[in-house]
Amino acid sequence: MSVVARWAREAKLDDPTRLELYSKLSEIRQFEQRAYDLFLQNLVAGTSHLSLGQEAVAAGFAQAMRDDDFTFCTYRGHAHTLVRGASMTGLMAELLGRSNGILAGKGGSMHLTSVENYAMGSYAIVGSHLPIAAGAAWAAQERGTGQVSVCFFGDGTTNIGAFHEALNLAAVWKLPVVFVCENNLYMEYTPIASVTAVEHPGADRAAAYGLESLIVDGNDVDEVYGIATTYLERARDGGGPALIEAKTYRKGGHSRADPAKYRPPQEVESWLARDPIILYRSRLLELGVEEKTLDDIDSEVLTAVDRATEEAKAAPPADEELIHADVWADGGSRWRN
Amino acid sequence: MAEKTLVQTIHDTLFDEMKRDDRVLVLGEDVGARGGVFRVTMGFLDEFGPERVIDTPLDECLIAGVSIGMAVDGLRPVAEMQFADFIFPAFNQIVQEAARIRYRSNGDFGCPLVIRTPYGGGVHGALYHSQSIEAFFAHVPGLKVVAPSAPEDAKGMLIQAIEDEDPVIFLEHKKCYRSIKGEVPDDRYRTPFGKAVVRREGTDLTVVSYGLMHHYAVEAAERLAGDGIDTEVIDLRSIYPLDMETVLGSVGKTSKVMIVYEDNKFLGAGAEVAAQIAERALFELDAPVVRIGGAHIPAMPYAGSLESAFLPTADTLEQEIRKLAEY
Ligand SMILES: Cc1ncc(C[n+]2csc(CCOP(=O)(O)OP(=O)(O)O)c2C)c(N)n1
Ligand SMILES: [Mg+2]
Repeated sequence: MSVVARWAREAKLDDPTRLELYSKLSEIRQFEQRAYDLFLQNLVAGTSHLSLGQEAVAAGFAQAMRDDDFTFCTYRGHAHTLVRGASMTGLMAELLGRSNGILAGKGGSMHLTSVENYAMGSYAIVGSHLPIAAGAAWAAQERGTGQVSVCFFGDGTTNIGAFHEALNLAAVWKLPVVFVCENNLYMEYTPIASVTAVEHPGADRAAAYGLESLIVDGNDVDEVYGIATTYLERARDGGGPALIEAKTYRKGGHSRADPAKYRPPQEVESWLARDPIILYRSRLLELGVEEKTLDDIDSEVLTAVDRATEEAKAAPPADEELIHADVWADGGSRWRN
Repeated sequence: MAEKTLVQTIHDTLFDEMKRDDRVLVLGEDVGARGGVFRVTMGFLDEFGPERVIDTPLDECLIAGVSIGMAVDGLRPVAEMQFADFIFPAFNQIVQEAARIRYRSNGDFGCPLVIRTPYGGGVHGALYHSQSIEAFFAHVPGLKVVAPSAPEDAKGMLIQAIEDEDPVIFLEHKKCYRSIKGEVPDDRYRTPFGKAVVRREGTDLTVVSYGLMHHYAVEAAERLAGDGIDTEVIDLRSIYPLDMETVLGSVGKTSKVMIVYEDNKFLGAGAEVAAQIAERALFELDAPVVRIGGAHIPAMPYAGSLESAFLPTADTLEQEIRKLAEY
């Protein structure tokens, strides 16, 4: 990947980007681990899907995105929402169903949305958000805002019709949209290879629809950042859409109920050895970054996660009245005849 | 007789039917190696192999479509939609194709297809894992829509669904899966569609319901019995065909009726029941028909406090039944 190599080579050692990337990785990792602990303590109801192991995709893209670029993501959306700048307390509180959650408790883990941060929603009906992301890109193009729509989804999603429909349209209309397929090899419990004939479920199809299509090491945040920068700018400049397939792996199960026993131990082992955070940490150390600098980042993040947890726990549960709020534009649920 | 949970009953019945009839096969997301997310098809892959226990790609439109093709060509597919909320990408196939195949061919061929799906709230599934979908499908002539709430009925109705020559949407309340247990007869039997059951006899008023709400209604009725309120509780079991005879018979006896359902109240299954009572038994009534249903909001919200504000509970029903009894 020439672009990536270029970024890795040319970026200065003291480039703040590197530390920002590290900081984002650390934020996601520690937030997700805390979320998991809270599930184990039965403080989070229902299910949830973590990005542990897949942090580099969210971090690399968020770092490359303009503040007003759109994020559309899935139920596996804590990371993508957090890195766009949504309040950590708000996110934690949302998982706990508290009134200070970013959706005041209405959404929960699978539906995080922070429009003020251009995080346009976590979608739990697989595939739904791909055409929506394309529509937002059309609007941005039409209005000349220069925004790019970035749409994250998994390998399993590439088999539903909406994926194909959205890609075709994006290519025909040359939309400023970047589709990001986080290929973690599994669609829930089913290996993607057992239900898909091509090797690269995202990239192989995208090429056929006429999109620029790339495969990237999704556990290498430098690579992700390099590719993201290049293709976001290309889309912004009218160069059209791209699909980036990021190869990555969940550290744990699909959702919290899943111990992920169906994955072969050697496969798990080899991926865990390529943990994106360990990988980046050792690269930075090799490049001469002080260990203390990284430790300081980690402990700053930990403080923030602790604070968010406390603030979330201290808040009252979601207000019952909320169930009738915002059905209609007048803020209520009544139809006024 | 054995006592079983709802989910165990469905598992065992489907398993036995597949043993009995090799035209029966299951397909859906993660139904194979995983045995389904609710474990309804656990062990099936080992027993019946990948030709009859099919892990599909993630695409509900495809699951419904290929099932229709299999059904018209002599097989008896039992398709699983992992959650009822995910059925909508398949809406077109089910409503436009499955429901019409017999009609448009003047009966030359039909579509003996079962679509099983877990529905309903109360498990903190939030906006996309909690919906009740029966009204959408019961509206469509050519589809049967059933929602057994007792394990015994789930067995007989699943067998009926598989043997049925026409498409059946088979709804399983996910909160009932493990919380509801009941005696299930060992022999093989069919429970006909369009036949409601009076689960509790009473003389003061009638409560008509199905699914999770049916269990809450029985609970509320039992509590009120101590206070001298004698409630008759009917489990509809099937939404279409709808057994109005049993409902009207009961209303004739009690003269007061409440219809309870978890789906949005507006245009839900209970609206049809109420309308038919108005058409056919208005002058038998001593009180206006009462409907208790879900709020008219787009989806089940997440937080526990919000979810319980949405869903009627045994407590709510107790209060409402008392009010109606005292009317
Ligand atoms: C339309 C629809 N069908 C099924 C599901 C259930 N489901 C949720 S996630 C998932 C697998 C998705 O796999 P993938 O796209 O690879 O994403 P990952 O979870 O691996 O990030 C399935 C089948 C759903 N949410 N929506
Ligand atoms: Mg996946």
